[in-house]
Amino acid sequence: MFRARPEAGPATVEVLVEGVPVRVPEGASAAAAFLLAGPAAIRDTPVGGGPRAPFCLMGVCFDCLAEIDGVPNRQACMVTVAPGMRIARQRGAREALR
Amino acid sequence: MIRRGLVVHRVPIGNGVLVGPVLMRSFRRGSTTGAPPGRCHGPGRHALRPRDHQGRRDRPRPVRRCRRGAVDAAAGAASHAAMPSRSSDAIVVGGGLVGAAIASGLSERGLDTVLLDEGDIAYRASRGNFGLVWVQSKGLGAPWYQRWTRRSAAEWPALAAALAARTGLDVALAQPGGVHLCLSEEEFDERARRMAQMRAEAGNHGFEFRMIRAPELRDMLPGLGPAVIGASFTPYDGHASPLALLQALHRAFTAAGGEYVPAAAVTGGRAAPGDFRVETAAGAFAAPRLVLAAGLGNAELAPLFGLSAPVRPQRGQILVTERARAVLPLPSTTIRQTGEGTIMLGDSMEEVGFDTGQSPPVMAGIARRAVLSFPWIAELNVVRAWSALRVMAPDGLPIYDQSERFPGAFTANCHSGVTLAAAHARLLAPMIAEGALDPVLAPFSAKRFDVPRAA
Repeated sequence: MFRARPEAGPATVEVLVEGVPVRVPEGASAAAAFLLAGPAAIRDTPVGGGPRAPFCLMGVCFDCLAEIDGVPNRQACMVTVAPGMRIARQRGAREALR
Repeated sequence: MIRRGLVVHRVPIGNGVLVGPVLMRSFRRGSTTGAPPGRCHGPGRHALRPRDHQGRRDRPRPVRRCRRGAVDAAAGAASHAAMPSRSSDAIVVGGGLVGAAIASGLSERGLDTVLLDEGDIAYRASRGNFGLVWVQSKGLGAPWYQRWTRRSAAEWPALAAALAARTGLDVALAQPGGVHLCLSEEEFDERARRMAQMRAEAGNHGFEFRMIRAPELRDMLPGLGPAVIGASFTPYDGHASPLALLQALHRAFTAAGGEYVPAAAVTGGRAAPGDFRVETAAGAFAAPRLVLAAGLGNAELAPLFGLSAPVRPQRGQILVTERARAVLPLPSTTIRQTGEGTIMLGDSMEEVGFDTGQSPPVMAGIARRAVLSFPWIAELNVVRAWSALRVMAPDGLPIYDQSERFPGAFTANCHSGVTLAAAHARLLAPMIAEGALDPVLAPFSAKRFDVPRAA
């Protein structure tokens, strides 16, 4: 679960956060890309609908759930960016049957 | 305190009810011990738990059965008898769904009730429950069990409403009917046969069910898999949140004046008709009524109070998915979507003793059947999984008894703590308060196991 932080390299990987391009260093997490891009919340809670942002950044709190490349409820802090990755806000509970 | 206890013991049951809880409590409040009413932090209590440098007295003593079936502690019985005890109208042993339902029912009827809970070393079936309020599979060949289950399901809306009013907790009850999915023609035919037998056995009480073929079932259940041949449906079934139910029962119990005592594993006790004393790790308790609702623990406890509860553990495993938007309108025997959106997948029936572990082959089997039933479940992440031990009698039916030797001592055992919660709180508790089980419960006596086995 724990990895050394990547060297603060140049922001070379372009991903789409809510459709907006943002460049981050290789090895960064999707949650980091999201924080860098700056939207207020990465998800809304399933029951109360409250806004949440990435919190623990180590795979424990599940507050960074996002839809990544079309897959809902992924822990953005545990996903390493790849060129062209689409990171979208998780709006409430996922659809089970799509 | 002993004397106070005896005085309370001798308040006849009828009087106790007539006098009412307020008067009885104020009577106790006026006692000379100085112990706060409804609490057991009186000065005498510390005598039960000497500091550990005295060694032996601190350790819970093993319980030894006396020859006559009465119970006593293994050592120092005389000194135990001198120990002060907290007296009440009723003691319920077991803080799970069965004990909490009965205790809340007793306290609502004005009985000063103490609920003794073992602690985290207990097996706690109530924490691992699947959460069905389920009728359609219950009581094949035992129509009295079918009727008891139906009565509980019918009482459930009133229980849920009462708990919501008293505690503000929503136990997420939904009773839209339920299905048992069949994945082969053989399963479908066998299910149809069983359901027809249940209807025949129900006689004049009736038993509504339908066997539904896949084409019609597809309109009822979105994303049903091609492997599903059909299902049985009854309108009586439903589900609820077992954890919310447990919390609500406990809150309702304490709100009605009941005293919950945690970390109170029973270490010994004494029985006489209408006069019981229970020694626990958290002090001694005395009451004219004793209800043993300790789940698997009843097997050892019951004989000490002139009762029998030959229950064994049966393991069940459960998988839970991430939350999804509401998709399943009906629960099935092994798949249900909770109020919060998680989808629970069960169940297994494993004879592995007290092993609470999990086994990947069983988990895979549960997942496989779920995905055959609803292929879209394969896309959901499983976020939790656990096992729990059902409390099973030899014939799978509940056990309810009152001791003939020591009237006032009752057992209550079942593996359907959620389904039967309404019956326990609203039907059984009043019987225990009155001191007599209704004849409808006679078939549930453990005496049914006393017949000699045919060679």
